[in-house]
Amino acid sequence: MSDRIFGVVGLLLAIGFAFSALAIEESFLSDAVGPKAFPLIIAAILGLSSIVIAIRPDAEPEWPALGRLVEVGAAVVVMIFYAELLPVVGFVIATAFAATYLAWRLGSGPIECVIVGVGTSLGIYVIFHLVLGLSLARGPLGF
Amino acid sequence: METFSSLADGFAIALTWQNLMLALLGCFLGTIMGALPGLGPSNGVAILIPLAFTLGLGATPSLILLTSVYYGAMYGGRISSILLNIPGDEPAMMTCLDGHPMAKKGLAGEALSLSGIASFVGAFLATWGLIFLAPQLVKIALLFGPAEYFALFALAFMTLGGVSSTNQAKSAFAAALGLGLATIGVDTQTGVPRFTFGEVHLYDGLDFLVAIVGLFALSEVFIFLEHRHGGSDAEGRKLKIGRLYPPMSMVKQCTPTMLRTSFLGFLAGVLPGAGASLGSFISYSMEKRLVDKENTFGTGDPRGVAAPEAGNNAAAGGALVPMLALGVPGSGTTAVLLAVLLALNITPGPLLFTQNPDVVWGLIAALFIANFMLLAMNIPMVGLFTRVLMVPSRILMPVVAMVSFVGIYGISGSSFDLLVMIGFGVMGWVLRKLDVPLVPIILGTLLGNSMENNLRRAVTIDNGNWWTLVDSPLAIGLWAIAIIGFVLPLIVGARVKAKMHQRRDEEGAISD
Repeated sequence: MSDRIFGVVGLLLAIGFAFSALAIEESFLSDAVGPKAFPLIIAAILGLSSIVIAIRPDAEPEWPALGRLVEVGAAVVVMIFYAELLPVVGFVIATAFAATYLAWRLGSGPIECVIVGVGTSLGIYVIFHLVLGLSLARGPLGF
Repeated sequence: METFSSLADGFAIALTWQNLMLALLGCFLGTIMGALPGLGPSNGVAILIPLAFTLGLGATPSLILLTSVYYGAMYGGRISSILLNIPGDEPAMMTCLDGHPMAKKGLAGEALSLSGIASFVGAFLATWGLIFLAPQLVKIALLFGPAEYFALFALAFMTLGGVSSTNQAKSAFAAALGLGLATIGVDTQTGVPRFTFGEVHLYDGLDFLVAIVGLFALSEVFIFLEHRHGGSDAEGRKLKIGRLYPPMSMVKQCTPTMLRTSFLGFLAGVLPGAGASLGSFISYSMEKRLVDKENTFGTGDPRGVAAPEAGNNAAAGGALVPMLALGVPGSGTTAVLLAVLLALNITPGPLLFTQNPDVVWGLIAALFIANFMLLAMNIPMVGLFTRVLMVPSRILMPVVAMVSFVGIYGISGSSFDLLVMIGFGVMGWVLRKLDVPLVPIILGTLLGNSMENNLRRAVTIDNGNWWTLVDSPLAIGLWAIAIIGFVLPLIVGARVKAKMHQRRDEEGAISD
């Protein structure tokens, strides 16, 4: 069933891709092929392979239980927050929180996860910023 | 003798203190990454790309660092195969079959050192193969025009699925997806924006480094979160190593095996789309047929340890041949290395050998040096690496995730790229669940632009005649191989693949 859904989604993607390819504005100065042809070929391959996947599905993959799915979803949300807040609060603080969260969700105890989080953050800061001179996001506190 | 003088020049480049230190660092990190289950050559190299950039390294030093990681990971994968019966990375899978039984018999140290020697032999011979084969391939490649290049790219994509995936439709889907992602951005020939949906950040196109780190490294973090596999595989187990050097008789017994499988593995590596996993697989199967008279394979036969290790390391060297000579990588990790070259504004392919001989020969010399370092590191110091196996992934994975973020942010300095990377991470996770190979996606995003440019150049030169694509004998030959490479696995491949893929699920998608 998963593969059938996947095939249908892929087909929709291919159709959408083909339509937006057709909508590309041609420049008055164009080569013999133009900017549309290659994306249309790709859309055709994408569509055909999706149809084959939908018609001949593989064995069902093992999907995680709902709880684990929520787990992955929550991690994605945390990472998005991390990406958005990085320039606001600065590298060290944001990274410490994100790493602590990940360590906690992977099964570390309360003390261990804080140590891992802060340690990861400071370790990366020291190695990449202080030693290697990479410019990391600078928060209001300067780090 | 030109070759040897070039090689001597290469050693002159590689033998600086900086390059030697980079090779040593790369070998060390690579072995660790190979040994840790969950980190393999392709995601190991992907995570370290930003490091190479932040160090401000030039082309040759970055390549030396990253190929040392690549070779190191190939060495390291065997450690957890032998001690834990869990392959540290995909190509080391076959080493479990005899390596772990040997360890159970109390011969863990012998198995580790023997496989270290086998790895060395495989990689050493393959590097010589690279020296002699790549220039020959360059001579052929210099005859290529745009139409032939287009056919060559098509060949790479069509054969890639043949062995690396169980489902041809899915690898075709992955390739098309990657090529489609590559078309995002301003069209290089006419200057019109494509698929940007008015988002200014997309005008430059997607950065393939963002895609690579997201697909390979971040999706691994999600897989671990999903299983809440936070412990260490080695926890609660005693890792006893015993003596660190194999008896001479054992080495002698395995020598013919190592030589044969090095050759076979090298061939498997050179073929497009095959890579190290296939190299170790066919090496093991062939040796089993050839020398397994008393049915000892699978019960801890030393030759069963030497064969896949020599095979996969030789294949790792072989896979560099098409990447350097043609600019078309044949495996996941060489695709990542290609990304490094492209990001450094160096176009691999036949002209690399004439325009940047320092890069090519410096790299080759560095491979020799790295190989000796790895041998030295992997036999007496193997105990150090076995300790690394004790690091539980609940500590390792947050570090991996954060280093990925830092690397991408360090290159671009934009939150938008981080969001794109998270998107790729989620996509990689879903696609791995669905058993869609990720390597064609990466290859598509890497090669998409030059594939399209070659197509348009070829057709434009011939005044809009599309038949020009199959006009020369060389192009027809390439198309024929491409079609055979795509169709043949449909007919005969099912059995081989079923055997090879028995033990893999999500790992298979990033196979090398």
